[in-house]
Amino acid sequence: MTTYSVLETEEALLPSPVGRRRRGFWDYVPFAVAALVAVPVVVVLCHVFVPAGEVWTHLAETVLGRYVTNTIWLFLGVGIGTAVIGVGTAWLCSMCRFPGRPVFEWALLLPLAVPTYAIGFTYAGLFEYAGPVQSLLRSAFDWGRGDYWFPEPRSLGGAIAVMTLVLYPYVYLLSRAAFLSQSVCVLEVSRTLGRSPFRSFLTVALPLARPAIVGGVSLALMEALSDFGTVHYYGVDTFTTGIYRTWFGFGEPAAAAQLAAMLMVFVLALILLERSSRGSRRFHHTSARYRQLPGYALTGVRKWLAVSACLLPVLLGFLVPFGQLGAWTIATADKMLDASFFALAWNSVSLATITAVIAVCVALLVAYALRLRGTVPMRAAARAAGLGYAVPGSVIAVGVLLPFAWLDNRVDALARDWLGVSTGLLLTGTILALVFAYLVRFLAVSLNTVEASLGRVTPSMDGAARSLGASPGRVLFRVHMPMVAGGLMTAGLLVFVDVMKELPATLIMRPFDFNTLAVKAYELASDERLADSASAALAIVVVGIAPVVLLSRAITRSRPGGEGP
Amino acid sequence: MRILITAASAAAVLFTTLAAVAADPVNVYSYRKEELIRPILNAFTEETGIEVNLITGNAGELHQRLKSEGKNTPADVLVTVDAGNLSRAKEDGLLQPIKSEVLEKYIPEHLRDPEGYWFGLSKRARVFVYSPDRVDPSELSTYFDLADEKWRNRLLIRSSTNIYNQSLIAAMISEFGEEKTQEWARGLVANFARRPQGGDSDQIHAVEAGEGDLALVNTYYYGRMLASDDADERAAAQKLRVFFPNQDGRGTHVNVSGAGVTAYAPHKENAVKLLEFMVGEEAQELFANSNQEYPARQDVAPSKEVASWGTFKEDNLNLSVLGELNKEAVMLADRVGWR
Repeated sequence: MTTYSVLETEEALLPSPVGRRRRGFWDYVPFAVAALVAVPVVVVLCHVFVPAGEVWTHLAETVLGRYVTNTIWLFLGVGIGTAVIGVGTAWLCSMCRFPGRPVFEWALLLPLAVPTYAIGFTYAGLFEYAGPVQSLLRSAFDWGRGDYWFPEPRSLGGAIAVMTLVLYPYVYLLSRAAFLSQSVCVLEVSRTLGRSPFRSFLTVALPLARPAIVGGVSLALMEALSDFGTVHYYGVDTFTTGIYRTWFGFGEPAAAAQLAAMLMVFVLALILLERSSRGSRRFHHTSARYRQLPGYALTGVRKWLAVSACLLPVLLGFLVPFGQLGAWTIATADKMLDASFFALAWNSVSLATITAVIAVCVALLVAYALRLRGTVPMRAAARAAGLGYAVPGSVIAVGVLLPFAWLDNRVDALARDWLGVSTGLLLTGTILALVFAYLVRFLAVSLNTVEASLGRVTPSMDGAARSLGASPGRVLFRVHMPMVAGGLMTAGLLVFVDVMKELPATLIMRPFDFNTLAVKAYELASDERLADSASAALAIVVVGIAPVVLLSRAITRSRPGGEGP
Repeated sequence: MRILITAASAAAVLFTTLAAVAADPVNVYSYRKEELIRPILNAFTEETGIEVNLITGNAGELHQRLKSEGKNTPADVLVTVDAGNLSRAKEDGLLQPIKSEVLEKYIPEHLRDPEGYWFGLSKRARVFVYSPDRVDPSELSTYFDLADEKWRNRLLIRSSTNIYNQSLIAAMISEFGEEKTQEWARGLVANFARRPQGGDSDQIHAVEAGEGDLALVNTYYYGRMLASDDADERAAAQKLRVFFPNQDGRGTHVNVSGAGVTAYAPHKENAVKLLEFMVGEEAQELFANSNQEYPARQDVAPSKEVASWGTFKEDNLNLSVLGELNKEAVMLADRVGWR
């Protein structure tokens, strides 16, 4: 959602003045693509103009206050939680030396592969009143109901905790990439001027990594805001549960879309606020000197503090849910694992791969066009296209469904009139429509990542290449793409993992008799057969682990001038 | 442009021809989960040779898909899990009336739409599951009684976002009127042992663990626990009891999973065949045994777990009322703070 490139400076560097330039590929194609992806968001927003007076009075009088308060708490909790864990662990793993660090480097990403609902079910099951932990306490101390205090797992606090645990890797990932790409010179300057390592972190590294940190936190927050499964199961009323209830319970799409629009405006406002507070600061590096990162060796208490700071998120965000899913899978293996299971896995993996490739190409196209010509319509289209990530999946899926079905029915009507044949539904219910829906959902993920990487490439590169006569397309292929290859891979793998976990759009858009792992896991879990659902959820995690490990290696290698410390 | 149109029409003609060569299938949109509907569809294919294509999904979203696909929808049959969903589909013009002697003969009148737009296929009752150690069965009587102060801090029930609770509230409105029902719901909320959370199974587990004394749940969730492969689950379930409320009044609130033929079904004949198959003895037994529900047909026996609770008097309210009062019910729940 963020542009880190410096458009003003760039314009000055480009060879031909804007006025005389011939308009071409880079003016139209990226805009058209971004606008197309933005259509479903606009479709949802258009419902705003449908009056829904009576329902609104009802909502405002009864539940709206609760939706707003809960959403704000969730927002703050997950925002602060993911920022602290993500940035803290990224700094430790990039700059310090302590036991186990090479393992933590990639292990800290593992929770990314765990679907939020799976971790939600696991912790609710473990810590609820009827669960093993409280039962053990009761029998050990001979307590009864009301004799002791225990935090309620299915609560706002619980929802914040489980979401933080699976979403912090976004922040970790992007800020680690930023720390690794920082030129060590600035840190050395800071140290020679007498700053302690910690002060250097606070006053130099952190502000420089700001676009990446904000990018990561905003991904985490958008995902938290659009989550339905976890908050619903945890009994927390947020905007998202409200949108569902209003749309699918009341049957009032207009009022629901108005709630969704409020949510989008809220997200947009925050993005703009952050952008304007950045002012005219620039975040790319001008020095090409990349040397070994310092690698402060930690000793004594600090060493063990660092180890536990990295171990806890992995333990709670990955090992515990993985263990629980594994135990359930073993218990249900003989009835759940059969040949059809591999078909599910194949469907999931192929959809995720196709979408990842397309999402990266589109993101690169759009991000480079923004860098090249950040015109107002182009920027508006890119931002709108990225909003799909913050809207609850089912709502955006309906936003995709409506224009597709409309188009299909128009084509059918025309074909009947002109040719006397019915074409039926050409696009609705096809894989193509489903992949498009994924693109609408997850473009923000790839766009954020690609923009962040492009932003770290100094505009002087563009200037130099262009003044040597290279066309914009050639600059992209020959100069930028090799430089941001790590970022592109990160973007692709993030989208891959997200599509593996995606549920609402898959559920509503898929063709006949086409299931994925996520659909299978959801169907069983929502039918309250948690143990049976575990094998599919576990498969999502296992398939997700490989890209996550690849991801970490890509980042470590991405550092210009060689490996990290 | 002209070439494109010609090519497109040629492709379209080819498609239609190919489709006509293969035997007509029947396409099903189902809110009922694949695990629970597939065995019945497979039995249908085995008997008739008609292929069944299936998409499952959540009620709200699948409803939206059917609606936006309009006249060109491939769906022939809509299978749902609550009468409220069926009547909403009828109201939105997504279903068509069917006249079938078979369906009318086997499905009791109150379990189907008066005009034949939809038919109930299996039944579930919303009952009390309680702990006999902490609840004296003589305390139990009606849903209405649960608002009484003696239940303070003892009741367990899930969120009112769930359609089963919405339908229960709708049934209460039809019996007592809105004002009295709201008063009842307010009392009920005051008696909750905890904030509504989790599903019906979670409520039953919470009673067993002692977090509350009585849970208001659908019968099949408790039936599944009794029939579970897991010995701990069975042992937990056996410590609890079922009570059918309103036996001296209108009878226990029941709901159905059911089906209807879509308004623009391309294979209507097959769709009716499938519906008729689903009230046949074989399918009814599958409904009963795969998910511990009551068969809609009176002459097919439920599973042995379900049968062990004995027979009960059910509310004969026509279920189409539930759909009509659904929105009112959701708003009422919002007003009394039943989240």
